[in-house]
Amino acid sequence: MSTLHTVNKSPFQNQTLISCLGHAKAGDSVLMIEDGVYGAMSGNAMSEVVAGLGANIKLFVLGADVAARGIDAGRVAEGVTSVNYEEFVGMAASCDRVQNWL
Amino acid sequence: MSDVKKFLYVNRKAPYGTIYAQEALEVVLIGAAFDQDVAMAFLDDGVFQLTKGQDTKEAGLKNFSPTFRALGDYEVTKLYVEQESLDERGLTLDDLQDIQYEDEDDDYEEKPSIIVVSRAAMADVMADQDVVLSF
Amino acid sequence: MAAYDVNGTSVEHDEEGYITNLSEWTKELADVIAVAEEIEMGEEHWAVVNFLREYYEEYQIAPAVRVLIKSIKKSMGPEVGNNKYMYELFPYGPAKQACKIAGLPKPTGCV
Repeated sequence: MSTLHTVNKSPFQNQTLISCLGHAKAGDSVLMIEDGVYGAMSGNAMSEVVAGLGANIKLFVLGADVAARGIDAGRVAEGVTSVNYEEFVGMAASCDRVQNWL
Repeated sequence: MSDVKKFLYVNRKAPYGTIYAQEALEVVLIGAAFDQDVAMAFLDDGVFQLTKGQDTKEAGLKNFSPTFRALGDYEVTKLYVEQESLDERGLTLDDLQDIQYEDEDDDYEEKPSIIVVSRAAMADVMADQDVVLSF
Repeated sequence: MAAYDVNGTSVEHDEEGYITNLSEWTKELADVIAVAEEIEMGEEHWAVVNFLREYYEEYQIAPAVRVLIKSIKKSMGPEVGNNKYMYELFPYGPAKQACKIAGLPKPTGCV
């Protein structure tokens, strides 16, 4: 039993990513999409917070949204897996439920 | 009864700054017609939706907070409210509306709909659903 | 925009006949709308209309038809609060038609 959580807001804009990570259960997946991808970067003011809260959670980022924002793939934090749209669909299909954090 | 699914409507936004809160309530009322097991969750700024004493006259907005008290008529009787979200905002249960439902299975006794839960318990509630809808 | 005529005063309504400004409702207007709906208002029609207005005043919504019937059953008894009788009172739907006469918006969830 696991949940796929999606987050589409920058952690610099509001608390959505923090709240999501605070409610995700161990073994859940959190996929950062759209402006949510800023939460997947290393070397910024949120990186440590995200890594800490996400320790028992599988973290993913949508590669297309990373590229669209001119973020070098090398800036995606360690422990965050980049996925494409097809893998996104596969994740949504294989989990028990999807929870979108708006 | 196996075709009855558990639906959770997750509310994380304050009531008047955006249309999310009002839309969510409307969707819940419409969705209640489908005889599913419906609950609502209020966390983060969503807890502001339930405060009592909302008066929108001067702001020129429709005050939809009384509608939460009609949810019992629609058999929506579980309103989970997150303790930490209340604490962070300096709110207590006393700041929220008294929302009750009549328990048809218990001689129509009035019972409170609001269930205050910890963040960890809220995570359990979320993980226990068939469908989670966010607003 | 179309309007009802209440003794020379016009009260605007939308394309389905629901009044657009809820505060313009009067009992006289209810009678005018009822005529347009081909309903002769009796005591029980008024009881339903009054119930709807009170429900809206308290909860800020027009109740769905099943909620309406359940509540009427509780307050007025099962002779009135049942599907069949309510549809006899308001043949085009108790929620829709009675709400229109009561000057309320169309019930949430009605299409």
